[in-house]
Amino acid sequence: MKLRYFAWVRERVGKPEEDIAVPADVRTAADLMHWLAGRGEEYAHAFANPKVIRIAIDRAHVQASASIAAASEIAFFPPMTGG
Amino acid sequence: MTIPSTIRLQREPFDVAEEAAKLTHGHVGIGAVVTFTGICRGSEGGERIDALTLEHYPGMAEAEIERHVEEAKQRWPLAGVTVIHRYGRIKPGENIVVVITASAHRQAAFAAAEFLMDYLKTRAPFWKQVEAAGGRTWVEAKSTDDEAAGRWRRKQAAE
Repeated sequence: MKLRYFAWVRERVGKPEEDIAVPADVRTAADLMHWLAGRGEEYAHAFANPKVIRIAIDRAHVQASASIAAASEIAFFPPMTGG
Repeated sequence: MTIPSTIRLQREPFDVAEEAAKLTHGHVGIGAVVTFTGICRGSEGGERIDALTLEHYPGMAEAEIERHVEEAKQRWPLAGVTVIHRYGRIKPGENIVVVITASAHRQAAFAAAEFLMDYLKTRAPFWKQVEAAGGRTWVEAKSTDDEAAGRWRRKQAAE
């Protein structure tokens, strides 16, 4: 599964993207953030406040409760400031 | 009949008058054109800024803008729409974004332009970073932008 990070999430994790084998019992985007936070200090720092993190699965916005089962690309980023 | 729309993401500055002219050229049904231009200000929170850098999610940014342009076309009788959004390093005084809407009459053109800007501010995956004397800081999203976008949500029950 491809994971992408943007803005300060990217800065804290230390990379813009990575390919990871996600365990089968990680079912939702919220589960995934929790699992990632356990992978190291930089991840724990990025996902310290999961409520402010926005998520996209295959380039469309989703809620944290969304299933990741069919996802090929999941992105994590702060609230947007375009326009 | 498909309503023409132009959606572009680019580093380079754009020319607003040229884009508006392209949208209306050859059209006899257009009675109203509304143009909104977002410009990089010279200060943020009272502090002078040197530049804004816009990061974006290539692929998703275009898709999100397209989704909202499609919604605008469904909700209002539009004759054409153009949205151009820059990314990369932008200096004070330079254009960041332009939304141009054309319609037979002004109500649709005004409403669609405002709708698109409210959604661009909250759902288009771009992130601004300010470069100033003190260093680089990420701009924080504003709750007023979320509230502005929220007022366009249609009441399901009534329809």
